[in-house]
Amino acid sequence: MLAVHDLCVDYGRHTVVRNFSARPLQPGTLTALIGPNGSGKSTLLRGLAGLLRPRCGQVRLHDVDLLAIGPARRARLAGYLPQILPAAVRLRVFEAVLVAGAVAEGSRAPAMSAQLGRVEQLLMHLGIEHLAPRYLDELSGGQRQMVAVAQALMRDPVLLLLDEPFAALDLNYQAHLLHLLRRETRERLLVTVVVMHDLAWVLREADHVWLMHEGALFAEGTPAEVITAAHLAAVYGVEAHVDAGQQGWPQVIVRGLSRPLT
Amino acid sequence: MLLLVMAALASAVLDVLAGPSAMSASELFGVLRAPDASDPVATLIVWEIRLPQAVMALAVGYALGLAGAEMQTILNNPLASPFTLGVSSAAALGAALAMVFGLGLPFASTQWLTVGNAFVGALLCAGLLDLAARWSAARTVNVILFGIALVFSLNALVSLIQFIASAEALQGLVFWTLGSLERASWLAVALVAGACLLITPWSLRSAWSLTALRMGEEHAAALGVDVARVRQGALLRISLLAAVAVAFTGVIGFVGLVAPHIARRWFGEDHRAYLPGSALVGATLLGLATWVSKTLVPGMVVPIGIVTSLVGVPFFLAVVFRRSSGS
Repeated sequence: MLAVHDLCVDYGRHTVVRNFSARPLQPGTLTALIGPNGSGKSTLLRGLAGLLRPRCGQVRLHDVDLLAIGPARRARLAGYLPQILPAAVRLRVFEAVLVAGAVAEGSRAPAMSAQLGRVEQLLMHLGIEHLAPRYLDELSGGQRQMVAVAQALMRDPVLLLLDEPFAALDLNYQAHLLHLLRRETRERLLVTVVVMHDLAWVLREADHVWLMHEGALFAEGTPAEVITAAHLAAVYGVEAHVDAGQQGWPQVIVRGLSRPLT
Repeated sequence: MLLLVMAALASAVLDVLAGPSAMSASELFGVLRAPDASDPVATLIVWEIRLPQAVMALAVGYALGLAGAEMQTILNNPLASPFTLGVSSAAALGAALAMVFGLGLPFASTQWLTVGNAFVGALLCAGLLDLAARWSAARTVNVILFGIALVFSLNALVSLIQFIASAEALQGLVFWTLGSLERASWLAVALVAGACLLITPWSLRSAWSLTALRMGEEHAAALGVDVARVRQGALLRISLLAAVAVAFTGVIGFVGLVAPHIARRWFGEDHRAYLPGSALVGATLLGLATWVSKTLVPGMVVPIGIVTSLVGVPFFLAVVFRRSSGS
């Protein structure tokens, strides 16, 4: 369970996230974090991951106060995937995943053979075991994103935070990754928060939605509750129609602007 | 890796065999086996000049290779090295102050004045780089630009000192800035090798964090790496390694730049292999360069810095052009 209460996060000299509070998120649920550019989604995620130090508020993960523990322990509890893909470096995929486990464990790292076994299992589970001996600088963006997911899962996190993981991926990888995230979230009983832009995906795949506007939570609930014409007009400034769709696949159709660019 | 150790040792053997005073291999091994029974001049040449120089070449190459590898990782830039970011130039400035004006640490004897000054200069420069890294919130581009600015200003200061120096001091200074192993005494060798031995395990302890850093700062931080601390630790190691190396041998460029690139190609960037790999490549390179410096012009030892730069420039250009065509 992730409970966020009254959270403020600064980025540089600006307060980007203001008094963000939300109902607790349950284990095994996938929450889509949506909102316009600059509404504070990334900053919120970085605050939750501990990369930015929140100025006020509380974040509790089960019975742990996430803001009170050190970076090493927090990195074990919270797997965070930045917007940027891992750099194209001369590292083999299994090395890149291995390092994620080794850094988190520190000096208490279990034997290397056991670690390697875990890496192999994880890569197989994610369906990318064939990439293991390849170098990162030979992979496509989608493949590197899968490696990044493997890195995040290598530490058996309780909380999984992903910042626009679909941005650099083609449709096939998007569908594959989303399927994978849902499966891992259920199997491992993770609390997963994903920054997403494609509202059609959100409507279909998310269990819960956080809609952010100007650094605070504007609305939350099931996708159908949050993604409404009124909310989209207020937050995105678009005139949209949310359609039940054919065969039960809901979709969002944008007809025009309800207000000019601010 | 074992092959590299052997290559480094082989280059050292070549070094010992070569020198202005022609000496046959059998004569040499006689001196090595029984120093007392041999010609005292030959004994002196081998034990006090050639051997320490050969070992010094390995130790300095090792130090520069390791320092370069760490520097390229923490600054995430393939052109970073102690030489290109001013650490060597700062050492040169310290040495120049000592040689020309006799300025230096009050408690250092004249013999150690140059060495001590060079060491302090290199440390100060690394400290400045570290400050720059903190001020710019660890934005690596800023650190690199700052380092390049340092190189120019420090070199200008050295030139200014050269301009006003006496002819005698100038000669010593020029020789120093060209880099040479001539001042390698066993004590100096012990200091440089000792620094390498102490710092290597320290580096390897950070190997995982440094590898994670290669994935990008954000990713490393998300994996629980304290990026600022890792970077500071590495900068401290770099400055110690570069400072001891430069203090005893003067400015030897390009080893610290080239060795990491070769090691990356051979070992990849898992730092458990990459760091020692780069150090050993550095040792081998400088060992070979020393041999070339002795054999290039018969009967004369060309300053080692000239040799490494001549070999280094084409390599540097190749790296630059490959990057620009690749992106």
